[in-house]
Amino acid sequence: MTKEFKRPDGRKLSELRPIVAKAGVVPNADGSAMFAFGKTIAIAAVYGPRLLHPQHMQDPSTAILRCNYDLLSFSVSDRKKPGPNRRAQEISKVTEWALLPVLDLKEFPNTVIDVQIYIIQADAGTRTAGINAASMALAHAGIPMRDLVCSVAVGKLDKALVADLSKEEEDFEEGEGATDFAVAKVANSDEFTLLQLDGKIEPETVKEVTRLATDVCKEIYEAQKKALKDLVDNEREEKKK
Amino acid sequence: MRNRINEAHEAVENEETSSESAQRMVVVPGELIVSGEDFLPGDGARRNGEKIVATRFGLAEVAGRSVKVLAISGAFVPRRNNVVIGRVKDITFNGWLLDVDSAGTGFLSIEESPRFINKNEMDQFLAIGDVIAAKIWGVESKRMDLTLKGKGLGKLEGGFIFRVIPSRVPRIIGREGSMVGLIKEKTGCNITVGQNGWVWIKGNDIDSEIRARKAVEYIADKVFITGLTDKMEDWFQKN
Repeated sequence: MTKEFKRPDGRKLSELRPIVAKAGVVPNADGSAMFAFGKTIAIAAVYGPRLLHPQHMQDPSTAILRCNYDLLSFSVSDRKKPGPNRRAQEISKVTEWALLPVLDLKEFPNTVIDVQIYIIQADAGTRTAGINAASMALAHAGIPMRDLVCSVAVGKLDKALVADLSKEEEDFEEGEGATDFAVAKVANSDEFTLLQLDGKIEPETVKEVTRLATDVCKEIYEAQKKALKDLVDNEREEKKK
Repeated sequence: MRNRINEAHEAVENEETSSESAQRMVVVPGELIVSGEDFLPGDGARRNGEKIVATRFGLAEVAGRSVKVLAISGAFVPRRNNVVIGRVKDITFNGWLLDVDSAGTGFLSIEESPRFINKNEMDQFLAIGDVIAAKIWGVESKRMDLTLKGKGLGKLEGGFIFRVIPSRVPRIIGREGSMVGLIKEKTGCNITVGQNGWVWIKGNDIDSEIRARKAVEYIADKVFITGLTDKMEDWFQKN
């Protein structure tokens, strides 16, 4: 690990981009949240529990979770063709898997909980921002859950491990090349619900990745928690004036 | 069992009487509420070793040994004894199916009709699109059974309905109906508030109906404020 390694935007190795988190951003949803890592902005809206159609998908023992990740056409500098594609399908599915372990859906048989995730501005780390927003939105929707989920991408630039890659860093080609390792973690325990690797990494280094992710997830958790609490606290403040 | 949950909803209204120091703590899922072997986790709480942690987002309340989390957001989840407002969406051979804005469908049996009804002329009593206030007496996985037996229940004729966020309904009703009673008194309107967030208002003239609606929406917007009844008195003076 070269200590002198400089990141393009001058961040420290374990420093995240500025986080912005806000809950209750979509008035018509049952729960909603916005989460931003620097220039990457994700909005999540939760609808339900509501009756599931088509009926054959209904599960009489539990509610099901249905996530939909959408990278909007204007979120990137070269217009993206709108609509679902292979990549969006995959990310929707892994988001679902990242969130399900903390949810307790047994209370709502035959129903569905829809999570819509829109990336309105993309600068790498969209799936992690999406998971962070979705986790907050589910909490805001009053869905019973064990804990919040925090997610961050850990990268390897040549030999240095860095947290929360930007687009520029993701395209880093020098040395060993760039490695992008998206991680989702249950906030108050050591369970990981998403480990998605793109690039090359030594097996021993994976442990270091999880350690770094655990550290920075604390920061993300605090931001998520504050955003949810602000919903009530701001209203309470208002009355004091 | 279910009745207790109903009381929990009513407890939210009592907040206006509680002092600042006893203000309930906002918790997020997984957050520690209290720790100790003595406490019993109730609704929205769970034991994790020594600790009692929240399982949903809301206001944590520690009353004696029991710990619970009161909901402050989210979709309507039907409970027994909830009064809801629903719209008839289908007529079957033995009753009516109602849309009550939740995961399940409401079912009102023909036996609930106050007078005898010919099965071929069920729409004489309730036709598709009619709106009723009914009480839930049983919840099953896909449907909830409704009854019309109770004060203020039945077909709602005239006036209009609108929606508010379901979790804010207890505050609109107020303790033992004090808040909604105040609005009724000030505007002279008839108001029914369903736990599913549908509100029906009917008054003598459109102006008082609109005033009542504005009052309800004002409360729905300011649920976390203490001493709201006094605030409403001021509001009615200004508006």
